[in-house]
Amino acid sequence: MAGQPLQVNFEDRGTMIVVTPMGEISYSEATSFRAVLKRAADLARPRIIIDLSRVDYMNSPGVATLVEALQNARRNRVRLILAGISPRVLAIFQIARLHTVFEIRDTLEAATGD
Amino acid sequence: MTTPLPNPSDTLPWTAGSRGTPSTCRQGYRVSERPHIRIEMQSNPLYLAGAREMISGVCRRLGFTEMCTSQIALAVDEALCNVMRHGYEKQTDRPIWVTLWPGPQGARPEIKIVIEDEAKQIEPDEIKGRDLEDVRPGGLGVHIIREVMDVAEYEKRQGSGMKLTMVKKQPDHDKPGGECSCS
Repeated sequence: MAGQPLQVNFEDRGTMIVVTPMGEISYSEATSFRAVLKRAADLARPRIIIDLSRVDYMNSPGVATLVEALQNARRNRVRLILAGISPRVLAIFQIARLHTVFEIRDTLEAATGD
Repeated sequence: MTTPLPNPSDTLPWTAGSRGTPSTCRQGYRVSERPHIRIEMQSNPLYLAGAREMISGVCRRLGFTEMCTSQIALAVDEALCNVMRHGYEKQTDRPIWVTLWPGPQGARPEIKIVIEDEAKQIEPDEIKGRDLEDVRPGGLGVHIIREVMDVAEYEKRQGSGMKLTMVKKQPDHDKPGGECSCS
């Protein structure tokens, strides 16, 4: 369902941060989502996992926040993994040819278990 | 002060024809000339989801596959975002018009969507997506629109603002519920 306001779960597991956005990440939500990702980066854990399994819609402002987070992670030698992307959201990454730039896992379990 | 939306038959890049009869655009897509839906919305991101849902609902009814429907809605969303962010520079009370024409009945699903605004005019040739090899935030919207739609043409409106004409036809090898070849 489109139009659901964004909520974000934030979990610090010690060696990794798991960020779970729920709803859509569009123009209106990108700013607050960026702030959450910055908070995750500031904790300087070796791994950040963004579980996108509960994101039903994303457009280019949402993708841009993830690209920015990836660039920050690479600068700080943090591993950033996207997990559980739906086909609909994955299609945007494919159109933007970013699906090969990100480390992507099918599920959160696969992302945390590597 | 808003300028009334011009009569689409005066301004759209279609060959001449009587109202309600099929005509052909420059790219050869045949659609009914008279708009079936025309809405005016304010440039407020609050209404993006509603615009997407409207587009999605119409595309499903026209017979587009679910993936194609979501990609057409994405293209419209990106276009509206660009008007709000860059055209109107985040002013939230400026007008945007969205006009829809379905393709002929009985043929493969087809839709033409025109988005107009009163934002600052820029040269259409300057509207470019960024180089995808350059991985950085931003600049993806125009690329997504052009990748997803069969036609995406920017032009200046008469008087003020910009106009984006987009056309999408369901690829014939798509299966209902299957993957759209747009991407």
